[in-house]
Formats: sequence, C-alpha cells, structure tokens
Amino acid sequence: MIILVASVTSSVWLPHSPTLIEPDQRLQGLSLQHWFGTDNFGRDVFARTIAAAKVSFFIGASVALIATVMGTLVGLLSGYFKKIDFLVMRLIDGMMAFPALLLALALVAAIGGNITNIIIALTFAFFPQMARVIRSAVLKVKQIQFVEAAKTTGTGSGTILFFYILPNVVSPIIVQGTFTFAKAILAEAALSFLGLGISPTIPTWGNMLQEAQNYITIAPWLCIFPGLAIVTTVLSLNILGDGLRDAFDPHSRMKRSGAQRLSNKTKRETINSIGGRTV
Amino acid sequence: MLRYVVNRIVSLLPVLIIVSIIVFLIIHLTPGNPATLILGEEASPTSIHQLEEKLGLNQPIVVQYLDWLKKMVTGDFGQSVYSSEPVTHMIAANLGPTFSLMVFALILTLIIAIPMAVIAVWKRNTILDPIFISVSLLGVSIPAFWLAILLVLIFAVALPVFPVAGYVPLSRNFLGGLYHLFLPAFILAAVETGLVARMLRDGMLEAVNQNYTKTARAKGLTESTVLLKHVLANALIPTTTVIGTMVAGLMGGTVIVETIFTIPGIGQLLIDSIYRRDYPVIQGVILFIAVVYVLVNLIVDLLYTLLDPRIRYD
Repeated sequence: MIILVASVTSSVWLPHSPTLIEPDQRLQGLSLQHWFGTDNFGRDVFARTIAAAKVSFFIGASVALIATVMGTLVGLLSGYFKKIDFLVMRLIDGMMAFPALLLALALVAAIGGNITNIIIALTFAFFPQMARVIRSAVLKVKQIQFVEAAKTTGTGSGTILFFYILPNVVSPIIVQGTFTFAKAILAEAALSFLGLGISPTIPTWGNMLQEAQNYITIAPWLCIFPGLAIVTTVLSLNILGDGLRDAFDPHSRMKRSGAQRLSNKTKRETINSIGGRTV
Repeated sequence: MLRYVVNRIVSLLPVLIIVSIIVFLIIHLTPGNPATLILGEEASPTSIHQLEEKLGLNQPIVVQYLDWLKKMVTGDFGQSVYSSEPVTHMIAANLGPTFSLMVFALILTLIIAIPMAVIAVWKRNTILDPIFISVSLLGVSIPAFWLAILLVLIFAVALPVFPVAGYVPLSRNFLGGLYHLFLPAFILAAVETGLVARMLRDGMLEAVNQNYTKTARAKGLTESTVLLKHVLANALIPTTTVIGTMVAGLMGGTVIVETIFTIPGIGQLLIDSIYRRDYPVIQGVILFIAVVYVLVNLIVDLLYTLLDPRIRYD
C-alpha cells in the first residue's frame, strides 16, 4: 500500500528524475542525496525503484483484472453448462500443461515484449487457473437448493448465473485475484530480468536487477533495493490473499476430515491457491 | 484399477492435442512473416522464399499443422535455424544438467520441508507456528532470481565458499558436480520449500485430529512416534501431489537459475533460442517441457492411487 501511494504521488515529491542521467554521479553509494545510491548511468536508484513500482502495479493490476474477468466468465459458463464444460475444460487442461512462466515466455518470444504484450501473455498464462478454481466453486454452489428452486420457478439461465451463483462465488474470485496480482508482478519481474520484458528505457524492478547484475561486485546496492521492493509488494499481496481467504472461510485454516479424499485435481487447485508462486 | 489407468491415459490425448496446437501457433503469432523474422529484415526475397518452402510456410495453416504434428509424433522436431543441428539432439545434449539440477533441488526441498513441517505441527500451539507461516509466505514471495543474486553477492564477494557459475557433469566428477550445483539447487529448493512445507503442515494438522491419531495417543505412544509414524506418514500421501506442481515451479525456476549460473541446460537453451529467434528450437523445447510435465503429473496421479487405496476415481 505504501509503495503504491508513494509511486502514484512520486512525480510531485521526488528530488531526482528516474531517467535523468548524471554522468558525474555514476555508481555512487548510499547518501543523503541519493538514498539508494545511483546506477551505472548515474540515475537515482530510489527514484527508479519508485517509478518502476508504477509499471509493475499497472501490469500486475491489469493482468489480475483481465484474468479475473476472463477466468470468472469461463468458470461460470463451464461450471453451469454441462454441454460446453467438457470442451472448455480440455482447453484449460491443455493451457495448464505448460508451466505458467514458460507459457508467458513463449508468448512474449512470439509477440515481442512491450507493456501491452506482456499483459496479454501473462493473462493467458494465469487465467486458466482462475477458471478452474471458479468452475469448481460454481459446481458446488449449483447443487445448493436455492438454485434448484430458482430453476423450478422458471428463472432464466442468465439470471441464475449472474444473480444467484455469481454472488456466492465472489470470495474465491477475490482471493484468486489477489494471488494472481502477486504472481503477475513476480512473473513480469522475471521476464524483464531475463531481458525479454520491457526495454530498459522504462525502469522496472526486473530490468533494474538485470542491469545491476553486471555491477554486482562494485555496486551491490543496485541489486538490493529493487529486489526488496518486489519481495515487499508480493509478500503484502500474499498476506492479503491469505487473510482474505481466512476471513471468507474460517475453516480453511484447518480443513477437517474428508479433505484427504478430495480428488487429485481438487488438491492441485488447493495447491495453486496457496500463495502467488510462479518463479 | 486397470480401467482407471487406461482412462487416465486416454484422457491425456485431448490435452496433448491442445498442447501441440498452442506450440504450433507460437510461430504464427509473430507479427509479420516468420521467415523474415528468422532471417532478419535485410534478407533477400529469394532466401526468404527458400526458407518458407523449407518450413512449409506457403501452405494452408491446417495442412502445415498436420504436417508438423506428423513429424513431432515421429520424434522429428526439425532443425535449428541457427546451427542446423536437429532440435532433438540439442535437447538431449542439454538434458543432463537440467535433470541433475531438478532432482538435486527436489531432494533438497524435501530435506528442508519435512523437518520444518514436523516442527511446526509439533510446536503448533507456540509462537513457532505463526513464524512458520510467515517464513513459508516469504518463501513464495521471493523471486528466485533475486535470491540468486543475493547468494552470488554473499558467496562471490563476502565468503567465496561455493562457485557462483559453471557446471561440471556429474558423470565426470560426481562430488565436484554436486558442489557446483549446490547453490543453484538450493535456490530452487528455497523457493519451493515454502509451498511444500505449508502443504505438508496443513496435511499433518488434518491428520492430528483423526481417530487413528487419538488411538495412537491413547495407546500411550510418545508424541514423537505419533507424529512421525502416524501423522507424517498419512500426510505424506496427499503431499505427493505437490511434486507434480513442484516440477512446474522447478521448470520455470531452472530457466532463470541456469541463466544466472551459466549452466548449459534446457532453460539456457530456451533463452538463447529466444534471443536468436530460433523458432524450431523454441517450439521443440516448449513442447518437450509440456509433455514431460503432463507425464510427471500422470505418474504422480497413478502413484497417488497406488499409495492410498481409499482413492478411486471414475
């Protein structure tokens, strides 16, 4: 939260421009003037870390939002309509056969790495999981009697889906959305770190670390702060997601018997819902 | 049982078909002509035409897909545009390091995660449990590459105990190889441990409340026997599923760790090929990884039913 507020208001109070090149200030250590030191072009690392937060948040939030909307729609339709369920789920299975980061890598390799393309690639990498989780939530809610009742009174499918079922699966949607936010930030950083993400003219935590790697022995501070920024952000999101899940479902901390007999696929969904881990 | 196994294998077919379509489409997603992309903007029209012919790019897309699929199924992954080497050879040559790295990381993960989970459950009503939760959350939140950079920083600059780059094949020098692999494997393990230990802990907490645990306690067994022989043994079964998910994490992680530590594995091959725009190799590697991942999950699923006869699926 602090990072978010700081990054949004940054242009107002930052003493140094994140892209201003000061050749006489190259690779300066920590000082009052440059809190986190300066990089190989003499740019202020603190300013760049804050500016990068904007990019990371924008990508993370967009991916989380689009993946959540897509995942929710696919999950709702596939969970509710048996006819399309088989086909859609095989498609999702196929997409999930790729480790998420590698799918994103391959897509970025094909379509190129700018902000829009990275959002597209990460959305495709993450929305299948989302759809799976929502679908299994829908399958559970569908069996509750009030849905039966609505059907018997002649309520249309659309109304049932959006006014009866959707409100009851909001909590997994929000929890998964939060984790997807965290995963997207991690994955974006990894892509930029590998040099396949956003070009270094726009600072991101990943590409800052990639550049910093070359100066690891002479300027270790370059490696520390962008990484700390990633960890703090992702950790806060994961704690938020964990907390939300416990708030929505008081039993989740200690699921009772029966869980062992869950099918394997359900287990895998549970695993996916623990923490935003990709890299 | 046999019926379940057969069903499970047959159900892989549609998945593999979707996988192949996605991999096939990678090259067609590229903006513009793939041949131009491979050869560069300044390539002559004739060489572009030749490459198009060679790759079959001038045919309708469905025909191209079927041709491609036919080759893939027979194990012909095509040739590298960059070195003209068969893609299968390149994958085979890079397989050893990645495989050793992943197995090493998997073992390290279990060595760290099992005691962590046991202690967390044993001391579950003390401050250790919330600490455990925080540590495992921290574990899933640290990017592997940053951890790698930090460790390189420590071991390259402050205390040069471990080598920070390079690879020695295990077949040539087993201990030396392990020594070189230790840091990369440790990084992968550290990132995976949080998740595995958390799963194991949740599984054990479930088992703690089961009747057989109560019986074991009532018999007067010591707490350590109860925890290790009854609780842990039962919690390990559902945790086997994690191995499937772990493999996905490890595969993503190896790409990054191999790049940082310059280990000549599959991940390095993939990244190099992406830089070289060597699409046949990219496709081959991605397809290979996906198929391995699908197979690993199949084996884990089958193992799971074998370990726990209570579970049967239709």
